[in-house]
Amino acid sequence: MESGIGHIISQRKGDPMKPGIRWGLVIFITPVLVWLTVLILLPQVDMFIMSIRAKNELGEMVFSIGNFKLFFLEPIYWRTFARTAIFSILVTFLTFLITMPIAFYITKVVSPKFQGFLSVLILMPFWVSELVRVYGWMILLRESGVINHFLIKFGLLNKPIEMLYNDATMIMGLVYTSMLFMLVPLLSALESLDNSFIEAAYDLGGSVWSIATRIVIPHCLPGIVSGSIVVFMLTLGNYLTPNLMGGKNGLWFTEQIYNQFIASFNWNQGSAFGFLLLILSSGIIWMGLKLTKQTLGKVVQ
Amino acid sequence: MHTDLSVVNVIKKFQDFTAVDSVSFDVEKGKFFSILGPSGCGKTTLLRMISGFFEPSSGTIEINGKNMAGIPPNKRPVNLIFQNLALFPMMNVAENIAFGLERQKEKRSVIKTKTGEILERVGLPGFENKKVDQLSGGQRQRVAIARSLVLEPAVLLLDEPLGALDLKLREQMKIELKILQTQVGTTFVYITHDQSEALVMSDHVAVMNKGKFEQVDTPRNLYAKPLTPFVARFVGENNQWSARVTGLDHNPDRQTALIRTPEGNAFKTIMRDRLEPGDEIDLFLRPESIVLEPDSSIETLNRFTIIVKSILFDGANSRILAQLPESEREIQISLPQTRQFDYIQPGDRIEAGWSPESGISFLREKAIL
Amino acid sequence: MIRNIPQTKTYSRGFRLYVILYFVFLFAPLVVTCILAFNDSMFPSLPWKGFTLEWFTGNTMEMTGIFNDQINLDSIWVSFKVAFFVSLLSTFVGTMGAFLFEQENFPFKQLLFFLMLAPLVIPGVILGISILLFSNTLGLFFETHFGLDVGLFRPGFWLVVLGQFSFITTIVTLIVSARLKKFDHTLEEAALSLGATRFETIVHITLKFLRPAILGAMAVAFLMSFENFNTTLFLVGSQATLPINLYLQVRDGSTPVINAISVLMIGGTSLLALVNLYFSKQER
Repeated sequence: MESGIGHIISQRKGDPMKPGIRWGLVIFITPVLVWLTVLILLPQVDMFIMSIRAKNELGEMVFSIGNFKLFFLEPIYWRTFARTAIFSILVTFLTFLITMPIAFYITKVVSPKFQGFLSVLILMPFWVSELVRVYGWMILLRESGVINHFLIKFGLLNKPIEMLYNDATMIMGLVYTSMLFMLVPLLSALESLDNSFIEAAYDLGGSVWSIATRIVIPHCLPGIVSGSIVVFMLTLGNYLTPNLMGGKNGLWFTEQIYNQFIASFNWNQGSAFGFLLLILSSGIIWMGLKLTKQTLGKVVQ
Repeated sequence: MHTDLSVVNVIKKFQDFTAVDSVSFDVEKGKFFSILGPSGCGKTTLLRMISGFFEPSSGTIEINGKNMAGIPPNKRPVNLIFQNLALFPMMNVAENIAFGLERQKEKRSVIKTKTGEILERVGLPGFENKKVDQLSGGQRQRVAIARSLVLEPAVLLLDEPLGALDLKLREQMKIELKILQTQVGTTFVYITHDQSEALVMSDHVAVMNKGKFEQVDTPRNLYAKPLTPFVARFVGENNQWSARVTGLDHNPDRQTALIRTPEGNAFKTIMRDRLEPGDEIDLFLRPESIVLEPDSSIETLNRFTIIVKSILFDGANSRILAQLPESEREIQISLPQTRQFDYIQPGDRIEAGWSPESGISFLREKAIL
Repeated sequence: MIRNIPQTKTYSRGFRLYVILYFVFLFAPLVVTCILAFNDSMFPSLPWKGFTLEWFTGNTMEMTGIFNDQINLDSIWVSFKVAFFVSLLSTFVGTMGAFLFEQENFPFKQLLFFLMLAPLVIPGVILGISILLFSNTLGLFFETHFGLDVGLFRPGFWLVVLGQFSFITTIVTLIVSARLKKFDHTLEEAALSLGATRFETIVHITLKFLRPAILGAMAVAFLMSFENFNTTLFLVGSQATLPINLYLQVRDGSTPVINAISVLMIGGTSLLALVNLYFSKQER
């Protein structure tokens, strides 16, 4: 295209559509700048400042790294932190394992007649509030729940057992909650994979395993990464599911933050925890991107 | 004659790159003017300057005698037909055509009449409520033209609008476009890289290369009397041959040069430039100006032997691909459709000839070739 | 393997079984929740004691149906108001953002783009507390320097709106940007060439093209706001939104009225999802 160069340059300067002051730019950038500065940037900075301040012996606010020190000195804090991180990675991985075959089935296996219907059906539950979904699981799993009722009715159990409030259930709940955010990018990645690649691989003698690992997964990698990032981040920052389904002594780090803010009313300590969670979440996402050689900008597209 | 569009010394630079270099031309009212050039030659940039999407770095563009400097595209009495036509997909045919009229605050009733009339004119009566994506390639073309013509522009600019059509349709649209232009009498400035489009439709064609106009002429003259080697190569098919001038033949009514090719053929050709013995020249021969097995009675003919390599059958455009003996040089020769040469087989050694009048020679360009 | 390659029976049967199990897993909690909303029992559990609509319409001391439950009704109304303002505000700013990042060039564009994406990486809880902290800081600042007590800076309705707006706008920006990317800019040039002004071009051509995406984004924004819990948790004042209110009830023991609310929410969101689906179909 010979107009290519011209196009790009004219957008930058000398474009007759934008004379003098670029009013378009001014109009578009003002609300965006206000939004990002006042609601994102400054609050994060403020949180950081809060986190490096603490009361001294006289009750005055002074610079201190005590909040962070406490985190490392108090095992309950850093253990919860590590537990949250490890479980979040586990949840992300499990979510991928469970949803990948489903996404493959809907895009590649099921007859095109049902494809549209199934992909709508599979996304439907996620339009419903997370709270309602968690509540549904609670009704199913608790001691007086529906599953226990049936197990006893059919004589498989003598007395009801509590299936809620343990780590396994919490992980299941977290997986359930995050599946949508893995499914959507996987579906669109698989959608864009031309069937003829799979057919060609099959024709060349590829097995299910080799086709999956050499063709399908490499093609879907950007989708997998973007799904994983969102799932990981949402799991890490989840409060509802661990709080309602998790064990009483198996804390989630967001609960620690909540406790500092609401129960102990120690905002400085809470800020330090919040800041640590932010570092953890962006750090692991950054590592994930580096390992898979992706960029955030590309992944969200 | 009234001049609709006048371009004087227009230059457009993009940083270090000069896309359009000192171009000047006038287009008279009601003419079909084409700018023909390979992609990247600067023709789209030139068109965008006329339509107002680019400002020239220097030089002036006048439309209807008015200087267009600083006037944005929406205030210019020209309309641009885009390469992809740019029909608005969210509107139907009538809304597309009415768009410009609405911007001029025309009355609803007037818009309706004008839309009907222009659709009639482009051969799409009753198409008002069709959706854009329901139209065929040729119909989209006509809607795009109707959308611009309804505004009665002084000049209609067309940016390779036939590029996306398939070959058959393109041939047909070429003729339709030419007829339409004659009917409405609007000045057309048409850019294309397809020489056949330019030659068939235009009153005048400018051949553009590397930002400059090489020649502005009628289609006939471009073909018969190219002024530069580029035009000779770009317009129509040509066999190119290098040769050296060995002598001059000073005939009172025409100047002929005696030349010798590296393969050892001695030819005569008329001179366009002044040549001296020893000059290196490029000789261009149209495939149709080479005669197969010429009658021995024609004395002035240049004669040489060829070896047939293959027959390129293409209906009326069939050729023989031949080689000179003991040489890599390939030559294409038109095959007359009289079937008198049906006996020729690949590998045959036959005689060919050309008249000195049909040779087009240029002094060899010193620079890269 | 895929539908047009012959496959073994075990492969296709096994695959189908897995998919069926997945759908059971997916829908079990929702279906059970809905069914138990109609159980004539004081607890949201089996055994089945007969069909009733009391948890929707009841108005007795033991069984107060959702339509007579003032606290829950209030919280639904609050959530509606919040979602209304959030979707309006975030659609407006998000559309501006899409235009900014897709059509304009300016220094530090990449940096601003990454800042725009930041809410995707920042956990909702952190967004909530950071905005709470910052508004508190601002509140203190105004109080000590100007003696003003600005209500906006205290947890409450508008802080919830701002908190949700802060990350939902990113989603809107991405949705509208995706559509704007597919926009053919020669359409704008064609409109200009046909005599439209820059403003007319945006209104008649660009926004018309974006309309399905903008409406879809608005629906998504509304839903996300209506259901948000994590960010809202820290910003909520005396007016609890529905998810906050439900959370408190679920945590402290529940009655089937929550199931009734769930039925309404499932119905409502499905409706909105279908509307959104309709618009996204239209987009294609």
